[in-house]
Amino acid sequence: MSGIPHDHYEPKGRFATWLHDRLPVVGLAYDVLMIPTPKNLNWWWIWGIVLAFTLVLQIVTGIILAMHYTPHVDLAFASVEHIMRDVNGGHMLRYLHANGASLFFVAVYIHIFRGLYYGSYKSPREVTWIIGMLIYLAMMATGFLGYVLPWGQMSFWGATVITGLFGAIPFIGPDIQTWLLGGPAVDNAALNRFFSLHYLLPFVIAALVAVHIWAFHTTGNNNPTGVDVRRSSKQDAEKDTLPFWPYFVIKDFFALAVVLLVFFAIVGFMPNYLGHPDNYIEANPLSTPAHIVPEWYFLPFYAILRAFTADVWAVQAASFITGGIVDAKFFGVLAMFGSILVMALTPWLDTSKTRSGSYRPIFKFWFWLLAIDFVVLMWVGAQSTVFPYDWISLIASTYWFAYFLVILPLLGWTEKAKTPPATIEDDFNHHYPEASGSAAE
Amino acid sequence: MIRQLTLTAITAMALGLGAGAALASGGEGNYGHVEDRQFSFEGPFGKYDQMQLQRGLKVYTEVCAACHGLRYVPIRALADPGGPGYTEDEVRAYAAENFTVFDPELDDDRDATPADHFPRVTGDGMGPDLSLVAKGRAGFHGPYGTGMNQLFKGIGGAEYITAYLLGFTGEENEVAGQYLYENMAFPTGWVQMPPQLEDDLIEYDDGTPATAEQMAEDVSAFLMWAAEPKMMARKQAGAVAVLLLVVLSSLLYLANKKLWYPVKHGGKEANL
Amino acid sequence: MSHADDHKGTRRDFLYYATGGAGVVVTGAAVWPLVNQMNPSADVRAMSSIRVDISEIAEGSQLTVKWRGKPVFIRYRSAEDIEFARADALADLPDTNARNANIDAAADAADENRTLDAEGKWLVMMGVCTHLGCVPLGNGAGDYHGWYCPCHGSHYDAAGRIRKGPAPENLPIPIAEFLDETTIKLG
Repeated sequence: MSGIPHDHYEPKGRFATWLHDRLPVVGLAYDVLMIPTPKNLNWWWIWGIVLAFTLVLQIVTGIILAMHYTPHVDLAFASVEHIMRDVNGGHMLRYLHANGASLFFVAVYIHIFRGLYYGSYKSPREVTWIIGMLIYLAMMATGFLGYVLPWGQMSFWGATVITGLFGAIPFIGPDIQTWLLGGPAVDNAALNRFFSLHYLLPFVIAALVAVHIWAFHTTGNNNPTGVDVRRSSKQDAEKDTLPFWPYFVIKDFFALAVVLLVFFAIVGFMPNYLGHPDNYIEANPLSTPAHIVPEWYFLPFYAILRAFTADVWAVQAASFITGGIVDAKFFGVLAMFGSILVMALTPWLDTSKTRSGSYRPIFKFWFWLLAIDFVVLMWVGAQSTVFPYDWISLIASTYWFAYFLVILPLLGWTEKAKTPPATIEDDFNHHYPEASGSAAE
Repeated sequence: MIRQLTLTAITAMALGLGAGAALASGGEGNYGHVEDRQFSFEGPFGKYDQMQLQRGLKVYTEVCAACHGLRYVPIRALADPGGPGYTEDEVRAYAAENFTVFDPELDDDRDATPADHFPRVTGDGMGPDLSLVAKGRAGFHGPYGTGMNQLFKGIGGAEYITAYLLGFTGEENEVAGQYLYENMAFPTGWVQMPPQLEDDLIEYDDGTPATAEQMAEDVSAFLMWAAEPKMMARKQAGAVAVLLLVVLSSLLYLANKKLWYPVKHGGKEANL
Repeated sequence: MSHADDHKGTRRDFLYYATGGAGVVVTGAAVWPLVNQMNPSADVRAMSSIRVDISEIAEGSQLTVKWRGKPVFIRYRSAEDIEFARADALADLPDTNARNANIDAAADAADENRTLDAEGKWLVMMGVCTHLGCVPLGNGAGDYHGWYCPCHGSHYDAAGRIRKGPAPENLPIPIAEFLDETTIKLG
């Protein structure tokens, strides 16, 4: 592992040496905890810890809920009410788990946009970025599967609509959909397997998170300047970095406590604000709610899914070229998955030599427009598909693709970036002029 | 976050599809109006009004229970802390007096006990179960799909129920052999349930004048409790959690500041 | 950091100790609900005490009810039953303890210490053989005019006391009381 030069664990005492020779687990923990971390990390870098905490929160509360939940179409809704009314503290555990999903996605979106702004995806961190995208996909799958389990109206119809996406795949789609559901429609077979997979996927996420951390511990953290830590010697590296413990652990814990403060206020005082009232109505396969709207964290991609209707020229062109195989429905599905794919390909789409967006004046404008675009997509994803919402979602969806496929590649050629500081130490001392002062007075 | 869908969803639930389609064109803009009310349980420190829950239970028992069940609500919950606050003996008497349940062990009907749930009411002309109706409806939406109204006024399930119970205009209409009644709170304006509440329909034990509005508010509060019986415990847990986290984050803020001080000030120690 | 400010040490460390302590308190507060959720839930607790209507039980017959997941025998003993139960000398019993949760744990196994009423008409006991947990057959079964466990052949007498076979103890008597003439409360 060609990491940043730093001290390694030296076992002290006979037992420590004995263990270290056989299983260097303490050394591994030491290296992870004492990893040299750029000392100029700002507050946008706290969301990784929030995400790690939320993953643990969701797994712990989820395992507990599974002790009381029954994955059967006749009993699922009642068993959730059993949790809410009878299980000791069950109402809090369920609200923590339900709102924990929202916390997870708030954190992951900020984490992703931080990466997009500071160029955390750029070489040599492509693998970290790709693993991160896989985690995000697994999170979306887990969130979707979990939302089905309470077996309310939104659970049922959300599952019907989302599995219908697979039905849009040409030729084999309907067979795939039937295979996923274990029948012609969402029913007990689907509920059972969704429960099983919802239990499984978080552990897949946990494994991917370990790889994600491994990857960026190999390359070292990015930082707001995008400048690499000097690796020529341990002395140089120590001028740019501080050990993760205690400096960043305490900083991140402070941020985590503040985030949890807000989180617990929502769980305690308005736990249903982010949910849908319809999901307190038991699933009824004979009656669809008038508007099926996914949870807020899926809305941007739901908007992209719906944006490309048959009257859009790109859809008509795709249909013409493929001889009708790619119809509007399939185009929408491709667009939705494509919108995440282009994000995953950012390391190769961004041609700029400058890593951090802080030194790219034109990039900044387009980046913030993307952030606004994301919020607009989220908002329009919950509106009906009538004028002007159809136009808004089409324009916003188009910008999403344009940013990744056109703007990022072109900007790298045309933009004249400012020069970042030579070292992280320079950047830090610029922010804290006293930092370079001598300790001796 | 954004839920203008809800009320329209109820339309499909309550109205026959044909009737809904026929009537939806009748100008939705005039309907679906829900007025904000101040319920005692609103806000971070709001509590259920015990007397109001008791009155609401009486309205439910004497008026609603004929056509609506509360199948997820255990009768024993009436004695739980944070609820209507009856004693266990009162609850036992209430259960036996008002409800019978089928006991598979006896293979026969028997009087309900506190351990039973409120009955499930099904059959022709019967209405939907009300266990979760106060959480399954939203009174407020928007503006412009932003969800801000729900942030400030609450989701408004109880307000919706009150507005619904008081929203009848007296107009009625026959569609395909079915009578529909005009209701200003309902999104499409026409509902299957006839108007129920009128002044002095029942007599309250605590002497409160039983106006239609009083009864509507009381039963709405009761149904909110039925849907969210642990609200008091939840808010208390939330308040404790927030308080603990305020202390913890303050200490972590200071500890972090102190820890970083020498790094940011050339090795000088913080005066903390 | 050439000069260590040792005299500041206690004051400096206090903040870190306080922070660590607060962290432990918060963690502890979070852990308890995770443990407590596995304790019996409210619906289970609601069934920990049940009321049994005994007005329908005929003299000389037995009602078996389920309580806390196990059978409870409620027997309205006939005069003959009572006679059998009170005739035998205590010395013959393998288990001389009353096994009655309602009275002193040291009380002997006299029939009066087993029945719910002084007259001895009502015998309420767990229908679980003290050997390996089978449900004994009733209505005068076995060699002692009481109950007989079909699993391994334990014989109980008309007061539910073990008389013969592998079972070590008398059938235990749960917490029970008369609420009125026709209602027994278990638990």
